[in-house]
Amino acid sequence: MEKFIRHTGVGVPLRRSNVDTDQIIPAVYLKRVTRTGFEDGLFAAWRGDETFVLNNPAFASGSVLVAGPDFGTGSSREHAVWALKDYGFKAVLSSRFADIFRGNSGKQGLLTGQLSQDDIELIWKALENAPGTEVTVDLDQRVVTCGEIVAPMQVDDYTRWRLMEGLDDIGLTLRHTDAIDDFEAGRPSHKPRTLV
Amino acid sequence: MGKTLAEKVWDAHVVRRAEGEPDLLYIDLHLVHEVTSPQAFDGLRLAGRPVRRPDLTLATEDHNTPTLDIDKPIADLTSRTQIETLRRNCEEFGIRLHPLGDVEQGIVHVVGPQLGLTQPGLTVVCGDSHTSTHGAFGALAFGIGTSEVEHVLATQTLPLRPFKTMAINVEGTLKPGVTAKDIILAVIAKIGTGGGQGYVLEYRGEAIRALSMEARMTICNMSIEAGARAGMIAPDETTFAYIEGRPHAPKGKEWDAALEYWRTLYTDDDAVFDAEVTIDADALEPFVTWGTNPGQGLPLSASVPDPESFADETEKAAARRALEYMALEAGTPLRDIAVDTVFIGSCTNGRIEDLRAAAAVVKGRKKADSVRVLVVPGSAKVRLQAEQEGLDKVFTEFGAEWRHAGCSMCLGMNPDQLAPGERSASTSNRNFEGRQGKGGRTHLVSPLVAAATSVRGTLSSPADLEPVG
Repeated sequence: MEKFIRHTGVGVPLRRSNVDTDQIIPAVYLKRVTRTGFEDGLFAAWRGDETFVLNNPAFASGSVLVAGPDFGTGSSREHAVWALKDYGFKAVLSSRFADIFRGNSGKQGLLTGQLSQDDIELIWKALENAPGTEVTVDLDQRVVTCGEIVAPMQVDDYTRWRLMEGLDDIGLTLRHTDAIDDFEAGRPSHKPRTLV
Repeated sequence: MGKTLAEKVWDAHVVRRAEGEPDLLYIDLHLVHEVTSPQAFDGLRLAGRPVRRPDLTLATEDHNTPTLDIDKPIADLTSRTQIETLRRNCEEFGIRLHPLGDVEQGIVHVVGPQLGLTQPGLTVVCGDSHTSTHGAFGALAFGIGTSEVEHVLATQTLPLRPFKTMAINVEGTLKPGVTAKDIILAVIAKIGTGGGQGYVLEYRGEAIRALSMEARMTICNMSIEAGARAGMIAPDETTFAYIEGRPHAPKGKEWDAALEYWRTLYTDDDAVFDAEVTIDADALEPFVTWGTNPGQGLPLSASVPDPESFADETEKAAARRALEYMALEAGTPLRDIAVDTVFIGSCTNGRIEDLRAAAAVVKGRKKADSVRVLVVPGSAKVRLQAEQEGLDKVFTEFGAEWRHAGCSMCLGMNPDQLAPGERSASTSNRNFEGRQGKGGRTHLVSPLVAAATSVRGTLSSPADLEPVG
């Protein structure tokens, strides 16, 4: 996984709450068996609307999505993260994320930074007043800057460490195979098995 | 201090605990389907890793599968490729698969409990957010993403941070015509789609104890719609009776040992929840959603709300957007909303009791001419059982379409979709924009409300129907 330490890119104001994963990528785009090429499905239903933010050329090259509360609710589809990444997003900022979406993002190196809703509102205004404005997301310092706005960002220590080191979870877990072996040796025999 | 049910199950699965790191949790049962697994198997292949425990893994085909002509090749080529990819992966990695056409095929969350694989005290995961369904047995069950699917395939564990716990106390007795679906829609309306974030919900109280296992599954299923990763109900005699005798239930001495353990799975009297919510079951009515997230629900007797009536600015804006998308006017009685399609099925309400309940309402009646009615059993076994009971005839004589098992119109990955602008009353779990088809409008309802709605053509409860003459 690529390391994430800090990123500067065009901020995209998405003034919507409860952006669920069906909006991020509708189910019809989930039929592929590859891990790339999901950018065309990103916000597919909304991109048909010419007033949608990503249809503004000043925002089209955006890489920092600034969204309303409860971003990523609903389905566990990791395709939502792949679609955002494939489009070019490096970070999503919101005052509240759905748990599964946040977990999936962490596994794929997409930063989900939690800001206060007041700071989100300030950044929205700044981006809307001057489309194309850049936002800097500094994971090392846990701070987001946008023009004059300097906003503290919450990211838990463990996720921050993994993202900054670019570490893969499976590799980390396989260092503890002995502990898994020991645990398995003590599992009760009444637990079910799928193969008989 | 005592422990909650969720804490007991969690603590029994910790493989490794270290300061500043997530716990490494052992996974007892991993359910797999075609949509969220191909990239995980690819990852294993690239790294040269085997599946650590094929014997704790089970796959079925459900999201993409057609519900008509299942003996013919799948017409949609990308769907067919995804299904064929799952078949190849299961073959290569030695995983048991119930493919389309198999008697045990069906929605993954219907199949697990039906086989007796879902048991109290297990950790259950699947690359599907409705894995919370299995919590009805006192299992800790939650949805995961594809990276985590790969992680579980490779290691049979997951690194996880402990959840907080929330008690949902449902006290009192449900009135006739009010069901588990109404309880959970009321819970979500009360705490919001983000209210459960970071929590495991434990449903407790007299009204929960009185529910069947299938009704409990309906409730736990939708925990994710309140933002919670998991929902649980302490196992009791109802649970044990449901499991006993199923194909994968423990037998003989193993049953006794299991039962002894299962009886320890409850929240201790002196345990403390991080949050508590109480719902008065006596006051509940049939519930329907009016908006585009499952928290936007009201009793059927209410009217479409005025967005300006919400105190919170974000909710106000969300309600405005929702009414625009749903093409609804504030003040319209919910009972006056006419639908084009009624969908009865899904992992929320596609089990035999749901079909029985709907059939009892429509028996001897004819559907409204303006309405298309789709009945999709949750599994091939549910379909067979329903046919043995003659429910298929009740539905077809009513004018409904009797389909094969799968996720179907709950998410419209197969051909069962709403057309743009079409409106449904659906027993499924999500009313998101476009969920059931681009431009489709969804009202979430119970099987009883779905059935009554298909008779009258507008959102209705069985109490609104004239007696069968």
